[in-house]
Amino acid sequence: MPHRFDSVQQVRDGLRNVNYLADDGIAGVAYLADRLAKPVLVEGPAGTGKTQLAKSIAELTGARLIRLQCYEGLDESKALYEWNYKKQLLRIQADRNSDSWSEIHDDIFSREFLLTRPLLEAISAPDPVVLLIDEVDRVEVETEALLLEILSEYQVSIPELGTITATQIPMVFLTSNNTRELSEALKRRCLYLHVDYPTMEREKEIVLAKVSGITDHLADQVARIVRSIRQLDLKKAPSVSETLDWARTLMLLNADSIDAQTAKETLHVLLKYQTDIAKAAKELSVDLA
Amino acid sequence: MLDLLSGFVQELRNAGLPVSLTENLDAMEAVQHIPLEDREAFKYALGATLVKNSAHWRSFETVFEVYFSLRGPQYKINEESQDAVDEMWREMQEQLQQQGDGRGSSGGMDSLTPEEIAQILMRALLNGDQALMRALAKQAVQRFAGMEPGRPVGGTYYLYRTLRNLDLEGMLDKLMEASKQEVGGELTQLEERLERDEYQSRIEEFKKEIEAEIRRRLVADRGAEAMAKTLRKPLPEDVEFMHASRDEMQLLKKSLYPLTRKLAARLARKRKHGRRGPLDFRNTVRHSLSYGGVPADPRFKYPRPAKPELMVVADISGSVAAFARFTLMLVYAIQNQFSKVRSFVFIDGIDEVTEFFKGTEDITEAIHRVNTEADVVWVDGHSDYGHAFEVFWERYGKDVGPKTTVLLLGDARNNYHASQAWVVKEIRSKARHVYWLNPEPRSYWNTGDSIVGEYGKFTDGTYECRNLRQLESFVEKLA
Repeated sequence: MPHRFDSVQQVRDGLRNVNYLADDGIAGVAYLADRLAKPVLVEGPAGTGKTQLAKSIAELTGARLIRLQCYEGLDESKALYEWNYKKQLLRIQADRNSDSWSEIHDDIFSREFLLTRPLLEAISAPDPVVLLIDEVDRVEVETEALLLEILSEYQVSIPELGTITATQIPMVFLTSNNTRELSEALKRRCLYLHVDYPTMEREKEIVLAKVSGITDHLADQVARIVRSIRQLDLKKAPSVSETLDWARTLMLLNADSIDAQTAKETLHVLLKYQTDIAKAAKELSVDLA
Repeated sequence: MLDLLSGFVQELRNAGLPVSLTENLDAMEAVQHIPLEDREAFKYALGATLVKNSAHWRSFETVFEVYFSLRGPQYKINEESQDAVDEMWREMQEQLQQQGDGRGSSGGMDSLTPEEIAQILMRALLNGDQALMRALAKQAVQRFAGMEPGRPVGGTYYLYRTLRNLDLEGMLDKLMEASKQEVGGELTQLEERLERDEYQSRIEEFKKEIEAEIRRRLVADRGAEAMAKTLRKPLPEDVEFMHASRDEMQLLKKSLYPLTRKLAARLARKRKHGRRGPLDFRNTVRHSLSYGGVPADPRFKYPRPAKPELMVVADISGSVAAFARFTLMLVYAIQNQFSKVRSFVFIDGIDEVTEFFKGTEDITEAIHRVNTEADVVWVDGHSDYGHAFEVFWERYGKDVGPKTTVLLLGDARNNYHASQAWVVKEIRSKARHVYWLNPEPRSYWNTGDSIVGEYGKFTDGTYECRNLRQLESFVEKLA
């Protein structure tokens, strides 16, 4: 199996080309994931580009992205596979007289009647894929066990069919918002990557890359103010996506620099709680009244 | 290399991080795939394979810095890179001379006066020149820390000595002055605030450089194992409330928020899980379609069990104030798991503080008001559990009902006053549960003026709550 990347630097440059600015940690872990053929568990505050990382890696490697959105109550019929009951019933009813039971039995438990769900699809795909298991912390602890086989062996066991092994090893990303502790068994099988809020310099670069037409000066100011706001004790610190929204808002308002007045009028794009807005306004000496 | 890595993993385990055998093997494999001379990549390779919890990252970093502090070219102590620094220094000097305020000393950095060092430092901070800052950190440590080989003093002592000579607090104001002059004119308040934050972060960076430099020198002197032991810090969830330093308090506060989120999610789930409500007819019919109309897969509605009512009665005298604060914060952060939360604080008098938490989302602010506004002193401001309980029973006893769970928080160090334990007994007979949480280690209970046993025999349980881990597991049990 040839490796996708030759060096950490290549990953980093590649991600930059698809407009994702990775730091050393992110690029390094992505590179290792490819080399060790291990899934990556990405954790961090909401809106720091965890999901985007998987998307960008898919774009970079020219792979198809298969996404499994986790939610409470997710079960194997939604995640792995499901037998197509309706079709099976039709098959049995279609020629009720001709076939013997054993023939029908063999027939209705064949691939034709199997509905592949994201996990099985990622494994059985002939073309290169990136598998994204989004917000894995939302499923119950018991459901997590469904993932273990696929994550460590890259295979799925179906009692009626046997084991389906991956034709090619996909890159797997799991994201978690850290609403609960994931099980040891899951963590052990993954590389761990904690994506935090970016440094000011990186945030500025992200703003410059993602918001077209923004001036260097304005991007710098945006990044600085966001850094100052993040240092406050807030209910919800602004995420990178909110920074970008803010920068876009400022662009729409044709602001070429941020003064107290503009900051006051647009702070609600950045912060979503009234108490947070009041506190930030007070700290930044922007008069809200 | 193998020895080094296993020593490293051993030290991580000593610091309390759970590292499994497979993770260890993964780390060994991972480092083969990256260029060893790239220190950052090396660090992330180890981090990604060995540390699976972001709260443990700090401990990992400390151990890493100690173990690998002497590796990597730019981190060597003996100055091969001295030339580069010297050159930079000469450049600096030329600049200074051009500006007319430099003195023509031609030696290397060693011949500088402290004033000159301060001046260069200021320039470095002003321009954010990282290489120069690193060089200066080295210089400052060498000159001011007065480190001697074999001296049994901790790193903090050297840090203090170095920083005392540099006067970084004054530096911030000077920097603000300088940048004002540079701009030429007044800054708006917003700009000033941003500038200040910028310089503050640069100064923090510089401090970190100094710390790292001291650590490197200490490791070189004493060896990695010995250093790792002295630098070992407890994980945030293991820090004791009663003995937390200011930094640790900050850390605790930070880890409280994700913890409450996790707790709330878990409790909500627990409440629904495993119990079945009445049949959900619509859903059952919908699912029967895949079985040809046979309701083979009955569906049920989620039950909505009643939530408990909570009364928190907390001692907030000096010795246990931090503990009370954290418990209140935790309880209020997950208050939607309870039908009603009322809180009372006392020292020798008691006061209800439920109002402070009402209608505000800012728990920190509310806690601050509790500490400053609540009327909790009756005579002398020394804990008197007996009197506080008596008043509690008199004023609020009628509100305790069969749905109420009462939490009593404190170390039960009663200063030899009357215990009035009958109040706890009365509460117990009316309330659903009464629990006592004690932040002291169990071995200290009932020693000296602690009478937790006397109250304890009337409660449904007394629990030791020394750290976040214990507090969390108790609260989970409660709801």
